[in-house]
Amino acid sequence: MNPLLQRIQQTFSIGVAGLAEWRGDVAVTVSRDKLHEVAQFLHDDTGMDFDYIVHVSSVDWPDDEERFEVVWEFYSIRKRHRIRLKVRVPEADCVVDSLTDLWKGADFMEREVFDMMGIRFRNHPDLRRILMPDDYTEGYPLRKDFPLRGKGWRDTFDFLDEVPR
Amino acid sequence: MAFEDQRTTVYKINPERPESETLPTLRTEELLLNMGPQHPSTHGVLKVILELEGERLVKSTPVMGYLHRGVEKLAEDGTYHQFIPHTDRLDYVCAMYNNFAYCRAVEKLLNLQVPERAEYLRTIVAEVQRIIGHQFWLSAQALDIGAMTVFFYCFRDREILLDWFDELCGARLTTSWYRIGGVERDLTPSLIDKLKQFLNYFPPKIDEYQVFLEKNRIWLGRTKGVAVISAEDAVGFGLSGPVLRGSGVDYDLRKYEPYSAYPKCEFSVPVGKNGDTYDRYWIRVMELYESVKIIRQCLEQMQEGPIMADVPSVTLPPKERVFTNLESMIQQFKLFSQGFDAPPGEIYCGTEAHKGELGFYIVSTGGGKPYRLKIRAPSFVHMGAFDHMARGYMISDACTIFGTYDVVMGECDR
Repeated sequence: MNPLLQRIQQTFSIGVAGLAEWRGDVAVTVSRDKLHEVAQFLHDDTGMDFDYIVHVSSVDWPDDEERFEVVWEFYSIRKRHRIRLKVRVPEADCVVDSLTDLWKGADFMEREVFDMMGIRFRNHPDLRRILMPDDYTEGYPLRKDFPLRGKGWRDTFDFLDEVPR
Repeated sequence: MAFEDQRTTVYKINPERPESETLPTLRTEELLLNMGPQHPSTHGVLKVILELEGERLVKSTPVMGYLHRGVEKLAEDGTYHQFIPHTDRLDYVCAMYNNFAYCRAVEKLLNLQVPERAEYLRTIVAEVQRIIGHQFWLSAQALDIGAMTVFFYCFRDREILLDWFDELCGARLTTSWYRIGGVERDLTPSLIDKLKQFLNYFPPKIDEYQVFLEKNRIWLGRTKGVAVISAEDAVGFGLSGPVLRGSGVDYDLRKYEPYSAYPKCEFSVPVGKNGDTYDRYWIRVMELYESVKIIRQCLEQMQEGPIMADVPSVTLPPKERVFTNLESMIQQFKLFSQGFDAPPGEIYCGTEAHKGELGFYIVSTGGGKPYRLKIRAPSFVHMGAFDHMARGYMISDACTIFGTYDVVMGECDR
């Protein structure tokens, strides 16, 4: 097993189901209440030393009990290794801890996740929509139940009959 | 004289009353100023709300999304092959590198080996694209802060390379030349000749650009010590590419997570010291020389061979076979209508584009379409540091700070 994963498993006693290594990418899934603690460990521990935030992303799994998955990806400039940190969130209580206090760059990235998937971040300094307009009320575009052609006022348009020539 | 007369009349409102009563008490307040979305130096449609104290920036809030086209949503609806043209429209100035980054990510997902000649071709074209990108940055950034001449010189040379692209793939900007598993077509002898000519022609021109800027006192004054960011902050914000290396952090994926033909080439990664706009300029100019070096080495080392991996379930058949051979036509049709069957799993693959780390995070559940595709766009991440970098500078420096990131809004808003 990857030494990074081993270390995390020993420190936090995460079940094997939460650890993954595929195509050289290392991923850890943690529970929501442990997220900030694990992130703090990844950031501060000298063996981990993940000082660089790569991206924050989210995946929608509509059929699962905990519908959303928030994904952070970190890199260590000094140690030159990568890790992916994942958290599952149920739809009814769509909140996770923000990691902006550890990585400043998480600010805009988490705002984008909020904008696109509707996941709220606790203790985020400025949680507003970022790509969609501030007054956008049609929902969250990257959710799987959001139709590709959009929804809202366009749905009320009638199909035009073919114009006779 | 007339000017002074006017001033006296304005201030002496009522000469009979004592001065303290005539002058209103000075009132200070913060001024809100909208810069953009129609400002020429924002390189597209970006608005920044500037809070000003006098002429100093107190806080700046970027308002983005004017160019949001939902590319990530579109990706979920098409096959992997069909997404390549969409990547052209991310950073529309440097489409080749976007194609490259995306194809690499899909190849990582499929665990696909690309033939050696294709790797060299990819590296050559990617470095040509890097030259175009840096030329574009150099000209636009100098133009933003008033140095116009270098703009014309850069665009003159950029034109040569765009014509070269035109001959290579039939398009100057939206190229779509990379394919999953290889490249679309090989370099012809005429293209190789033209590229070699350019490599001899270009290095003296880089010196020329430098003379234009480094002897220009106004340009120096507006770039040295402007938009400084410390190494620690730059890392924390996730900056990448020349913006990060300008702060003295040695982070270049071409070197430290080598891909394509880069490990076979010798080149150095310039790293700055002060973290200001001038250092970032210096890095980009040095990278122009390095790109020339890399292309030279690739042209020398490149051997004959296939330009597309031979995995019929994934890679497209050569075009001439599609038109003459029934099986190849069926293969092409099936690949575009259904796509190939990608294994379930998730990968992240970052590529060092000229702006910074351009990454694709792909979640696959099997089947021909990505379940989720997230684009890690350097421009977007860089805009996150705008407020931090702009604090305390003058309004006129805001243009320099936009310029220093090399922001392209198509990539920022996706």
